[in-house]
Amino acid sequence: MQTRTYMGTVVSVDDQGFFTDPTQWREAMAPEIARQEGLADLTERHWQVIKFMRHEYDEKGTGPTVRVLGKTSGVPIKELYELFPRGPAKLAAKIAGIPKPRGCI
Amino acid sequence: MLSGVVKRIVVLGAGTGGTLAANRLRRALPAEQVEVVVLDKDDRHVYQPGLLFVPFGRARPSSLVRSRSAQFAAGIEFRRTEVEQVDVARNTVVLADGSTLDFDVLVVASGAVLRPEETEGLPAALTTGGVHSFYDLLGAARLAGALAGFDGGRLAINVVDMPIKCPVAPVEFAFLADWFFTERGLRHKVDIIFVTPLDGVFTKEVCNRELSGLLDSRGIEVVSEFNTGEVDGNARRLVSFDGRTVDFDLSVVVPLHGGAGFVERSSGLGSELDFVPVDPQTLQAKVAPNVFVIGDAADSAVSKAGSVAHFQGPILEHNITRYLAGDPLDGAFDGHTNCFIESGFGKALLIDYNTGTEPVPGRYPAVLGLPLLRESRLNHLGKLAFRYFYWHVLLAGHEIPGIRSTMPTAGKRLDARRAG
Repeated sequence: MQTRTYMGTVVSVDDQGFFTDPTQWREAMAPEIARQEGLADLTERHWQVIKFMRHEYDEKGTGPTVRVLGKTSGVPIKELYELFPRGPAKLAAKIAGIPKPRGCI
Repeated sequence: MLSGVVKRIVVLGAGTGGTLAANRLRRALPAEQVEVVVLDKDDRHVYQPGLLFVPFGRARPSSLVRSRSAQFAAGIEFRRTEVEQVDVARNTVVLADGSTLDFDVLVVASGAVLRPEETEGLPAALTTGGVHSFYDLLGAARLAGALAGFDGGRLAINVVDMPIKCPVAPVEFAFLADWFFTERGLRHKVDIIFVTPLDGVFTKEVCNRELSGLLDSRGIEVVSEFNTGEVDGNARRLVSFDGRTVDFDLSVVVPLHGGAGFVERSSGLGSELDFVPVDPQTLQAKVAPNVFVIGDAADSAVSKAGSVAHFQGPILEHNITRYLAGDPLDGAFDGHTNCFIESGFGKALLIDYNTGTEPVPGRYPAVLGLPLLRESRLNHLGKLAFRYFYWHVLLAGHEIPGIRSTMPTAGKRLDARRAG
């Protein structure tokens, strides 16, 4: 288990930087995680997705796939890729402080 | 159980899970107290593990199909009908002709269906050629013709999105394609590309390492984190949502999967993709205490594989019996999954895992068993022999000798992950 420090608080992460304990996450940490991942500023649309990720994790115990995000978050898939380049489901999960989505194998 | 009142269990779907569930429940519960009714839209039960072999001419399509109704024990009523919807609040199933069928307990065993229409361009590409699927009988048979006539170029195997039935089948397809073209002396003219939305070939570390190494040694290219947004059949190109492209001459696409149509039409029953949310241990649906789910129809993190439905069988039987008696549910499924992975050239790997234990090397079911996570001739023979067990033992809801529902740890090298 590794740790990182956001907003002066030490948190537990896995070897790819995903939070292992989502209760350690605070909204104020999100911009710092996002910058570390190469995102400039978090817009209102980013926040809509981040809050949705938290909600889904609380409900289901894992973050959603990109397709489910596109169907249910109110943000279409193409825009998700503009907001969170490369892999929206993973990147948004990381910034939202939830574990890496399981990917349903 | 109440005497004098006959209870009714309705099973939706007569595939692997529904058939073995009905046979188990019929044996466990007295016929004068409980009736078991199974509904399905047709009487054709397809042996789905065999679909993989059809494109390579190693299985005849007709040899994979048997009558659904012939797989049921005496005392089970099979009705051939489409289901319009389930009214959970009224404990009734509405059938296609508008009539209704009341239930005391409902078992949702309606599996997963292919939804090519969810991907731009895919339905058209599947009909005009160049793009195929082997996840249904007709598609697999058509692909056999296409592979027989393929004499060189880029073969792209593409998984559109997870979850899919038998998550290792596309990898097996890549291995079997490598073998097929090698035997025909054409391998040097064929590029095989495996295109997946995952960040590896498999989500679990040790197994991913093993399969990635095998694909690499066979010269199969892997394109990962590719979320297919469009299949362009005319340009013969896969396009991802973030604008990356993979060109192909022939593509084998595994379409998005979803739950059965009636789940979508039933208020409150399904998830976004129409799978049914369930307690992964008790198999009780979240929507109501008298609804249970077995196999691929479930919205859960467990693999969609026949072995899962088989291992869930005893737990489902136990918990429904408890439910009918008014007792708390104490049966718990551990997520046990077991898959043969054909790797071509007459060999296969075997993986065995559950929710807490990823696939590791070793032997199954115990130290003298089949080798795990390693290519062997024995595993290939095991996969072929499984077909007999499927029709004669598994569907009947019996145990396969020596194979328990819970995942065995004897024989497993559980330190493999740390050892790296």
